[in-house]
Amino acid sequence: MSRIAEVFARLRRDGRCALIPYFTAGDPDPETTVPVMHAAVAAGADLIELGVPFSDPMADGPVIQAACERALAHHTTLARVLEMVAQFRETDPATPVVLMGYLNPVEAMGYGRFAAAAARAGADGVLTVDMPPEESAVLEQVLAEQGLDPIFLIAPTTSPARISRICKSARGFVYYVALKGVTGAAHLDVDAVAHKLREIREITGLPVGVGFGIRDAASAARIAALADAVVVGSALVRRVGSHAGDPQGAAREVSALLADMRRAMDRVRAPAAAAKG
Amino acid sequence: MSTQAKTRSTLPASALPDADGHFGPYGGRFVAETLMGALEALRTTYEALRTDAEFLAEYDRDLAHYVGRPSPLYFARRWSEAVGGARIFLKREDLNHTGAHKINNTVGQALLARHMGKMRVIAETGAGQHGVATATVAARFGMRCVVYMGAEDIRRQAINVYRMRLLGAEVVEVNSGSRTLKDAMNEAMRDWVTHVDDTFYIIGTVAGPHPYPAMVRDFQAVIGREARAQILEQAGRLPDALVACVGGGSNAIGLFAPFLEDRDVALYGVEAAGEGLDTGRHAAPLNRGRVGVLHGNRTYLMEDADGEILPTHSISAGLDYPGVGPEHAWLKDSGRARYVAVTDEEALGAFHDLTCTEGILPALESSHALAYAARLAVELGRDAVLIVNLSGRGDKDIHTVAAHEGIRV
Repeated sequence: MSRIAEVFARLRRDGRCALIPYFTAGDPDPETTVPVMHAAVAAGADLIELGVPFSDPMADGPVIQAACERALAHHTTLARVLEMVAQFRETDPATPVVLMGYLNPVEAMGYGRFAAAAARAGADGVLTVDMPPEESAVLEQVLAEQGLDPIFLIAPTTSPARISRICKSARGFVYYVALKGVTGAAHLDVDAVAHKLREIREITGLPVGVGFGIRDAASAARIAALADAVVVGSALVRRVGSHAGDPQGAAREVSALLADMRRAMDRVRAPAAAAKG
Repeated sequence: MSTQAKTRSTLPASALPDADGHFGPYGGRFVAETLMGALEALRTTYEALRTDAEFLAEYDRDLAHYVGRPSPLYFARRWSEAVGGARIFLKREDLNHTGAHKINNTVGQALLARHMGKMRVIAETGAGQHGVATATVAARFGMRCVVYMGAEDIRRQAINVYRMRLLGAEVVEVNSGSRTLKDAMNEAMRDWVTHVDDTFYIIGTVAGPHPYPAMVRDFQAVIGREARAQILEQAGRLPDALVACVGGGSNAIGLFAPFLEDRDVALYGVEAAGEGLDTGRHAAPLNRGRVGVLHGNRTYLMEDADGEILPTHSISAGLDYPGVGPEHAWLKDSGRARYVAVTDEEALGAFHDLTCTEGILPALESSHALAYAARLAVELGRDAVLIVNLSGRGDKDIHTVAAHEGIRV
């Protein structure tokens, strides 16, 4: 069983919802990333999505666009991101790390070289935003050879037939994009999310994470009542980005928001456990 | 039979791309999941309409009476003599309504948008020609129109920005990345993801996710259909070579497509060598790029060793793009077309030469094709026949040319 599958199995047994923070690697500087990842785990994160910066982040809103620009100004290449994963793994052997980004840096490195290096660094999954399953057969194959889970997005516009197709390729979990828009958008419609999650669950037994538009403890709690995982990105990146040269400050802010979300999510999903804690 | 009858749109099924939009290893559909449904809906609609007699008749009527087609094929006698080589014919896309080939495509896509009930259209633009062509058809159909344009290009193409606003379009300044065409395309994609239900994205070139490269080619192929019939009429034979500039590559594909099976007709795509291919300050992915994935398709790109997209340079905003349509990538690899490059200075030289000898002010984009055609005309000699796609008129570039030459207008 992959590290990702183990985490979801454990959380499911405990009746809890996973908390997944997203950070853009190398933002605002390369020294900040690993301390912030550790702080996130200490504050209650179950899995980390680490963004690979790209020059043309087409699916991202202004917050993560700016993060990519800051990270690239520090030459945070894909190879450098994998070094950060390896460094994180030195003291955290348990928390899964999913690499999230765009296809072109992976194409430039080469699928085989990338998959081998990512596995060696201790990554667990790979989400390439602009690679639908129709185009990903070769990448899936090399990821599988290295024991890496391919993570795919499902959108509000995804038909049931496509959900089936995506879930055939997906491993670990699927990521439901809660709204039509880019990362960091504001208009989260919880009823619509609930409706779509029922549709997804009729098709797959894979855990379903929900992201885009979750920004605080209240929205995290509302989604935690429905989903297997809550993904929070722009709200964290906004905080991290303002702490250039101050990893401790970034870590403090990340911890505060995640701990808040964790408490609110646990109250919704496991009131008894939360009361005891 | 009149030229028009011979060039009526048939939008024939061609061998490429395959069902998933691949031209050999290039093309495809690399977008975020949210857009996959919209692209599939567009593909099925387009597949149905491309053979629909009523749709094609309406498209042809618009091309004839709104765009002003067929555009002339003009023998540039004095310029050919000045060059001292082959007879050079100019396909006068500069005479179309709005002054460039871009309108052939926006008329077609606007008809599709209306058919799909989408009354909001968006577009990206570099030089502003595609933005103007989109704003124009939006005004005619009563559609809301938003055009994304890099801040750098807004500065270079102020007149086209004002034209778009006069036409009722909202022009949104893009300040991310390199603030040029590629960033405008990113921003248009972000808009589309957000408004996918009511919005039609009118892409201006033969790049992007399937079905755009094939669909835009089909709409632009009217250029080559007309040119083929016209050269047979005027020269009594097929040309020895076709020359067109290549940014994304829509005017080139439009000219080339109907000649692909004419194996004796050589095809030349001319990229922007900017300050020189060896300076790194250029926009010539087919000459100096590597294969990667950007804006929904796999193709040749200007990128660094880590796969980050590089800034490009060309005096011509319309060629200032780090990618190229996937069919061009395929034509290059297959050897059917050759891709060469022309510097800013060479293009400016051709701009002046044509203006002075023929009284035709070419766009700086098209001037790249003219500069290479002049070289090729000498190589091929006096018996040869060339067609150059004069893809747009140069009025929009007067300020750029003047500034380059230190003249205040």
